[in-house]
Amino acid sequence: MKKIEAIIQPSRLDHVKNALHEIGVEGMTIVEVRGHGRQKGHTEVYRGREYNVDLLPKMKIEMILPDRLVDSTVAAILGAAKTGKIGDGKIFISPVEEAIRIRNDERGEAAL
Amino acid sequence: MKRLISVLILGFALGLSAGKGVAQTAPQSASIAQAAAPSQAPAAQAQKIEGEIASAQSAGDNSWMLLCSALVLLMTGPGLALFYGGLVRKKNVLATMMQSFSLMALVTVLWAIVGFSLCFGTGTSFIGGLGNIFLHGVGSAADPTYAGTIPFETYMVFQLMFAIITPALICGAFAERMKFSAMVLFMVLWTLIVYDPMAHMVWGKGGFLNAALGGAFPTLDFAGGTVVHITSGVSALVCALYLGKRVGYPHEPMPPHSVVLSFIGACLLWVGWFGFNAGSALAANGLATSAFVATHFGASAAAIGWTLAEWIRNGKPSVLGAISGAVAGLVAITPASGFVTPMSALLIGFIAGVICYLMVSKVKSRFGYDDSLDAFGVHGAGGTLGALLTGVFATAAINPIFKDRQGNALPVGWVDGHAGQVLNQLVGVLIAWGLAIVGTLIILKTVDALIGLRVPDEHEIQGLDLALHGEEGYTFEA
Repeated sequence: MKKIEAIIQPSRLDHVKNALHEIGVEGMTIVEVRGHGRQKGHTEVYRGREYNVDLLPKMKIEMILPDRLVDSTVAAILGAAKTGKIGDGKIFISPVEEAIRIRNDERGEAAL
Repeated sequence: MKRLISVLILGFALGLSAGKGVAQTAPQSASIAQAAAPSQAPAAQAQKIEGEIASAQSAGDNSWMLLCSALVLLMTGPGLALFYGGLVRKKNVLATMMQSFSLMALVTVLWAIVGFSLCFGTGTSFIGGLGNIFLHGVGSAADPTYAGTIPFETYMVFQLMFAIITPALICGAFAERMKFSAMVLFMVLWTLIVYDPMAHMVWGKGGFLNAALGGAFPTLDFAGGTVVHITSGVSALVCALYLGKRVGYPHEPMPPHSVVLSFIGACLLWVGWFGFNAGSALAANGLATSAFVATHFGASAAAIGWTLAEWIRNGKPSVLGAISGAVAGLVAITPASGFVTPMSALLIGFIAGVICYLMVSKVKSRFGYDDSLDAFGVHGAGGTLGALLTGVFATAAINPIFKDRQGNALPVGWVDGHAGQVLNQLVGVLIAWGLAIVGTLIILKTVDALIGLRVPDEHEIQGLDLALHGEEGYTFEA
């Protein structure tokens, strides 16, 4: 099992969700987050005075998936979230030791 | 088919009965006319018609002036409150709006008791007398000295709206850090010590700077460039310097919390300004139209001037810049509005837009004072610029205010060949600056000694809405 965390532009969320549903990914957790990557935010100017806004709004999608779905999921996110501009986000993949469904104690991939 | 015929018959019957009705009423009205005609002699009838025309003129002027009074109040109530409210951080939005709103009530009561008398009562060259305190002698009869076709009470309430917005403009300089109690005491004293004498000098009968009523230095100020904007703007700078910077300024970011609110406020200011300037003609006449057009042209050119300057320097034309430019133009055209041509208004506005932009973006950061919402940069600088440019562009073609003994129009401004008017304007500007600086300093020291001016640091950090008023502007969870 793998955990996929995708940080994306808020405007691409619907596209990514649709793409994930099409390849059969059902469970996901979505969080509104703020942060910045290499571009370190942007500058706003009010009456000649500059303000650096370095924490930009992003959406984070978290999914725990069976190993076989990881490649297609990454491909779906890349296809749906990419605009080609700075700030498109990142995808992180990490191993997951165990998953447990609280309702009936199921474990492993059966719990996903 | 049967239905159609019955509908046609019904319609015909109804038509007949209606025709009958008309035929019945016509002889009736003719008989009324016959009965009325012989009872009035031709001379009396002509006099009556003349009287009706005169009262219709007065009704037109009065309705226009009451509308203008309401428009000027609109500038403070929603206009300035929203404009300033959007420019502060969200923890201070209510406290900032409360300053404008409370002045609507406070100055009104003060005006009724003594303020109007000190401005427009008969007194010395520098301050009015006490002949009109508690609005004594201010009723529905006109005062021909000020405005012959409207009730004196209408004139009083129109001028009241100016007295309200002027101190409210100062609030932009000390926003986010002054105690409410100190603001109230400061404003009571400021209205009495700075505004009332200045208004009397420029507009009151016998005033030192009054151009219409033969003052020693006839300063042209159609709708308040000197009286309203210079006094408030310069006092604002004194306040900003005396109170010191906000906690965290200029290291912490303090961007406006809602440019949307400021946008709505600025648009309401623009609309209300028609009452401010066009109403200063004191009648629904051609001069009012001229001032209306100059006002609109000045604001538009200034919005373009500020936006262009910002676009060139920062690479983006901001919304806040556009609306700030419009306000700067409205300020600068105010003293000139009843004296200049539409083309001069465009020029004055454009210059004001560029200069005021440089004031708030360059000069303020160069000298490092914390004029929170740029009350000085827009009103002080724009008002001074407008007052001086009025001396340049005022023309007898628009307003022949100066006349010789035979009643012939004399040149007004530099464009008419009367360069000396610029000097007169300068005297007005210097007196306004001097009175504002000295008066405001004395008042600030007095209020500081009596009750203190600034909120404690912890209140400033918490935000004035909660600390002073026990409320929050935005409680979405409630």
